[in-house]
Amino acid sequence: MVYLTRKAEFAASHYYHNPDFTPEQNRAVFGKCNNPNGHGHNYTLEVTVKGDVDPRSGFVVDLKQLKEVMHREVLDAMDHRFLNKEVPEFFTQIPTTENLAIAVWQRLESKLQKATLHRVRVYETQDLFVDFYGEQ
Amino acid sequence: MKAHLTRRYRFSASHRLNSEKMSAEENLSTYGKCNNPHGHGHNYALEVTVSGQVDPATGMVCNLVDLDGFVSREVVSRYDLENLNTLQEFAQTVPTTENLCVEIYEILHRGFQKAHLERVRLEETMMNSFEYSGGSEILR
Repeated sequence: MVYLTRKAEFAASHYYHNPDFTPEQNRAVFGKCNNPNGHGHNYTLEVTVKGDVDPRSGFVVDLKQLKEVMHREVLDAMDHRFLNKEVPEFFTQIPTTENLAIAVWQRLESKLQKATLHRVRVYETQDLFVDFYGEQ
Repeated sequence: MKAHLTRRYRFSASHRLNSEKMSAEENLSTYGKCNNPHGHGHNYALEVTVSGQVDPATGMVCNLVDLDGFVSREVVSRYDLENLNTLQEFAQTVPTTENLCVEIYEILHRGFQKAHLERVRLEETMMNSFEYSGGSEILR
């Protein structure tokens, strides 16, 4: 079993708000992240897949195909977007880094050929990242 | 849905590696320059990984305000700009980064209740780092 990780970057804005909370609760739980005008981050995405090395190609996964899937399913949908208003998952979920990692996993999992998705890591900043390994 | 959240922190501290169980010659040969009696320092980078179900109401494993507050109060303020050898936990133990990593894990394990502690990773320099997860295997 070999693990392969591909990185990508995207920039997006978001804000945190739960419509079931009062304005005071929203401010208490989410602080400055509750500003409805949003704020942004340069996100770094790491997608790790695992599999046996194909003896003919020497590949775990066709990197070109992985890059295409990441671009089509994630970057085209999220790069330079306001996540709350333009990415359907976040019409109902709060676009935290946790939920972003889960959304990326769900967008990629069924689209990958041969290799198995092992981990999605999303860096919101250099000092904060979330790992998702699928439903455990 | 269970997710793992990792936060990085920084602190600077000095130490000297010297074991009372060794002779002066053995200390010097074991620890080399790190055995300098006057000590030396590092800019440490600390990674704390916690895990848990993502709360549907907040989208969070735990509120960063809680994690940052605990680590700042109980870890960073304890070690930042200190000489590790002068601290009670290193009175009998050599303040290697291995031992410091385990000590920080234990502080978090004892006191942080808002999420499950998965792992502590401590970088002594950009070239070496140490990880501890209470003896269990570390998920990669």
